[in-house]
Amino acid sequence: MAGTLAEKVWDAHVVRRAEGEPDLLYIDLHLLHEVTSPQAFDGLRLAGRPVRRPDLTLATEDHNVPTTPGPITDPVSKIQVETLRRNCEEFGLRLYPMGDVDQGIVHVVGPQLGLTQPGMTVVCGDSHTSTHGAFGALAFGIGTSEVEHVLATQSLSLRPFRTLAVNVVGRLHEGVTAKDVVLAVIAKIGTGGGQGYVFEYRGEAIEALSMEARMTVCNMSIEAGARAGMIAPDQTTFDYLKGRPHAPQGADWDAAVAEWTALRSDDDAEFDEQVELDASDLTPFVTWGTNPGQGLPLSDSVPDPESFADESDRVSAANALAYMDLEPGTKLRDIRVDTVFVGSCTNGRIEDLRAAAAVVKGHQVAKSVRMLVVPGSARVRLQAEAEGLDAVFTAAGAEWRLPGCSMCLGMNPDTLSPGERSASTSNRNFEGRQGKGGRTHLVSPLVAAATAIRGTLSSPADLAGLETSITAQEA
Amino acid sequence: MDKFKTHTGVGVPLRRSNVDTDQIIPAEYLKRVTRTGFEDGLFAAWRKDESFVLNNPVYAAGSVLVAGPDFGTGSSREHAVWALMNYGFRVVISSRFADIFRGNSGKAGLLTAIVSQDDVELIWKFLDNNPGAEITVDLLARTVRAGEIVAPFEIDDYTRWRLLEGLDDIGLTLRHEQEVTEFEKGRPSHKPVTTLA
Repeated sequence: MAGTLAEKVWDAHVVRRAEGEPDLLYIDLHLLHEVTSPQAFDGLRLAGRPVRRPDLTLATEDHNVPTTPGPITDPVSKIQVETLRRNCEEFGLRLYPMGDVDQGIVHVVGPQLGLTQPGMTVVCGDSHTSTHGAFGALAFGIGTSEVEHVLATQSLSLRPFRTLAVNVVGRLHEGVTAKDVVLAVIAKIGTGGGQGYVFEYRGEAIEALSMEARMTVCNMSIEAGARAGMIAPDQTTFDYLKGRPHAPQGADWDAAVAEWTALRSDDDAEFDEQVELDASDLTPFVTWGTNPGQGLPLSDSVPDPESFADESDRVSAANALAYMDLEPGTKLRDIRVDTVFVGSCTNGRIEDLRAAAAVVKGHQVAKSVRMLVVPGSARVRLQAEAEGLDAVFTAAGAEWRLPGCSMCLGMNPDTLSPGERSASTSNRNFEGRQGKGGRTHLVSPLVAAATAIRGTLSSPADLAGLETSITAQEA
Repeated sequence: MDKFKTHTGVGVPLRRSNVDTDQIIPAEYLKRVTRTGFEDGLFAAWRKDESFVLNNPVYAAGSVLVAGPDFGTGSSREHAVWALMNYGFRVVISSRFADIFRGNSGKAGLLTAIVSQDDVELIWKFLDNNPGAEITVDLLARTVRAGEIVAPFEIDDYTRWRLLEGLDDIGLTLRHEQEVTEFEKGRPSHKPVTTLA
């Protein structure tokens, strides 16, 4: 029978199927971090259970870690990180701690090590596990009870997800990125529209994306309510994986590629739902509200809540504008920001930093703005420094930080103050997400960089005039 | 996990849609390494507002939360479920729940009852007219009763059975451990391990 990519990966991992019960699904890779695992290890200890497959489990420290040099000063954060270290020691698990060359955000570390591969099932106690779907893996976030379940059994009881094809036809214009694509997808589907689904992103525009850009797209699937997002593996995927530390080698590589090449939705496969988007219609996209579905093209204005047909959308928009302190009709380009954050599991990889650096180069960050650039992992940081990107950022007046989740969520010292407004390459603009009372606009790395320079939400195209004026002044 | 058959408790109307898990419990409260003590973080930002429903003493003993659609979106943090339960909630009623939140609830013993939005509106009205009134949630009959209102709710059979029996998921899976072992024998050799030499 014809199947979709998601169904093929699912079916290849069913350990047990019984009438009236969820499937028991085998898990190929289990990633851990300090926030959602301590209670799971406690559960194992209480029941006297070991970790079934330490060799399929990997831990890193990311959510709590400070991005400035020195130890964790918050005593509660410190306990959480130390608890992870003790648990990994006790149960014999590999951990990449702060300061290790392989430490970083869990969703940056897995792919860069070559651990995330096509056709795998990948889970982590973190909703942005959907990132790994960019490789054609079925990857999804789980809660702590499920973390314990996977530690104990290397499997999960789950009902099959429904499938939704996101067809992105046409080509993206220059300056329009994966982040703009996914923000537009979420705005179209809504934050709840993807519930119960696995998305498969398809079409010319998706095929043309690099692996890192594909990770950005899949990363935010959860913001449309989808459990996972996937992209069929192709030559781009294989080229990215080849030679990475955990990628198959020799005859294993050939066998793996043969298997991975077959991992695509059959031509006559039926999706439960389809959504279509024309890439050539897209321009830089930003959010104005307090959920990731509340976004518009940067060229647009803050919407009037009354313009929404649905009552709950109206209420939600009115609440959002009150929280964001925005007036309907204000041009998005006129919104001033205080802080620009480049980083996170959405946009903290080397290509993101390169893109932001290319925009910033030769400019100065506006006096009223602080710009934080936070690599997604220690290796991304090293690579960026080897390319001189750190010097570009610091010369422009940005802060160059150590790897971690940083300002994506208010769990470490990098937070917004009440009323402070950010342009952020992260994934959530929820109330208080970046710190109590903080106001977040989600943007791409290109928009973030241009915004840092102009001080208002901007795209690189808006810098053209600015360049002339600087030159005129200098002359 | 405690068995869940029926629960009667004070209904709390939360007239908001898209209640994400960062609202249910902000990240700064996620640092505990236990499953208890999260009640102080529940709706922490909103509770600073005097007019927020949980600040009304009438709802002090609230245990059935009646919320707008798309409850529990965003982060996978099970702390959101623990915060609700630590505070005293046993049931959340909504017309639509985010997948991960609903899954986490089922594992931790919080009942998520899917009721149509029309019925949610009726229950909200009932609670507005009768603040502090009790709601009965009957998992056996799959109904929510509030005054004269009897609303059916959806929950999948398997989760219902586990809640009714108070069963531990891991214990259930370990009954099939042999099948997991058999499955592992057939895994391709090129699949990666995390323990590189």
